[in-house]
Amino acid sequence: MLKCVNLKKYFGGIKAVDGCSFEVKENTITALIGPNGSGKTTIFNLISGILKTDSGKIYFKINSDYLEITNLAPEKISNLGISRLFQQSRLFSNLTVKENLLLALDNEDTKFWKNLLGFNKINKEKEEKIKEMLNLVGMEKFEDKLVRELSYGQKRLIELVRTILNPHKFLMLDEPVAGVNPKLREKIEEILLKLKNQGETILLIEHDMNFTLKVSDWVIVMEKGKVIAEGKPEEIKTNPKVLDAYLGE
Amino acid sequence: MISGYFIHLLILIGIYFILAISLQLAVGFAGLLNLGHIAFFCIGAYTSALLALNNFPFWLCFLLAGIVAMLFGFLLSIPTSKLKGDYLALATMGFSFVIYAVALNWTSLTRGPLGLPGIPKPTLFGISFSDNFSFLILIAIIALISYLIVKKITTSPFGKVLEAVRDDELATKVLGKNTFKIKTYALGISAFFAGIAGSLYAHYITFIDPSSFTLLQLIPVLCIVIIGGLASLKGTILATIILVLLPEPLRFIGFPSSIVGPARQMIYALILLLILLYKPKGFYGKVELE
Repeated sequence: MLKCVNLKKYFGGIKAVDGCSFEVKENTITALIGPNGSGKTTIFNLISGILKTDSGKIYFKINSDYLEITNLAPEKISNLGISRLFQQSRLFSNLTVKENLLLALDNEDTKFWKNLLGFNKINKEKEEKIKEMLNLVGMEKFEDKLVRELSYGQKRLIELVRTILNPHKFLMLDEPVAGVNPKLREKIEEILLKLKNQGETILLIEHDMNFTLKVSDWVIVMEKGKVIAEGKPEEIKTNPKVLDAYLGE
Repeated sequence: MISGYFIHLLILIGIYFILAISLQLAVGFAGLLNLGHIAFFCIGAYTSALLALNNFPFWLCFLLAGIVAMLFGFLLSIPTSKLKGDYLALATMGFSFVIYAVALNWTSLTRGPLGLPGIPKPTLFGISFSDNFSFLILIAIIALISYLIVKKITTSPFGKVLEAVRDDELATKVLGKNTFKIKTYALGISAFFAGIAGSLYAHYITFIDPSSFTLLQLIPVLCIVIIGGLASLKGTILATIILVLLPEPLRFIGFPSSIVGPARQMIYALILLLILLYKPKGFYGKVELE
């Protein structure tokens, strides 16, 4: 689904990503793990077009062909079908929950004349989709609430819902359960497993090892900007390189 | 006499209202801190005045005032597309200095500091708006149409994209929206309405010179936007009325004009300070001023 080939990104003398290559297979949850500063979020930023690569290529599968998406603008990458959840909350805080979610669903909202002349109506299908997703996360009562009035955990859920609603073929989730309570963590785990059963392809960054090993099919381990190991969760758990670099054992 | 003065104030409210809602669209809704807004007002006023002085009909002068200002809005959005906050404010302020300098120095076109006198009062479809009462009706109609259009834009899904850009541009991009296009539209539409306000001003006062389009003239408009509340059209209406009327009693105290002018600016500054201290969102603002 997604291939990164020899990606490099340096910030001055710091080698944030230093020759990373990996592949994310279709219909799997792949976890990207590693200690803080190992370059995981930089990889996400390179894939989603927020940062430009210094060298290397990124390919994304469209139908049956791989298309090079290296250094495309973030909106182009999103429109090709890559939807991303950020590590920090990036909801539109002065809009309501529903307005935030509609922004992910509506592709016609940037057409000025269509909107000015009233031809872009919010149809029932979109509203029902939003209701369905809010029901899934148990936040149906918060539809008209301003995002800035929500708690951290609620914001995290809404942001996850917005990422899922954004039309996509590939999901990138940067620490979806960071800082959320155990109950909410279970709920997010449930959602991810449901998505996996529906055949979604997900690339995940997460520090919570139990969570990561439980939901993922494949784990890629990074250290100092390089991929040091990859494999199935049970293999990674016992890989001495990983234990040494990541778990410090 | 009093009713003539009252009509004059209502006309000023109308012009300031169009200018303020257009700035509200850029600053309050799209989050573009545009301190060059007065330049669009200037472009509209000069475009309309120059065309009218060359015997073009008012409707054409009026429309072209908006369109030419809008084109400058589109142009300004290109070099400023990656700027935000203070940097955008400085760049747009620089633009207003450039336009002011052009109006002052391109004397073969604008007559520089001598200004353009004798701008005709508008005539539309055979109806003359030469007296102030009929001009007030014209302003009221145009202000109402402007309000309805801006309201339609801001309440439509497009308006929500504008607000999304204001709240978090990167997140908007990651949702697949071309934020450059959105910001260009916001600045262009905002400039269009400032341009038509400039046209109305020129045809009302019948004389314009560059001194009417300095940064000082932007201060009351920016105060209206902030005091009314960012992203609030209702607040903009209320703040326009208050801010246009509030300094008026100064005229009747008998101070010389050299005092009335600075006193007016001091009143604006004082109100702005009080609002920022005690009501940071303004009257009906949705967004807190950062």
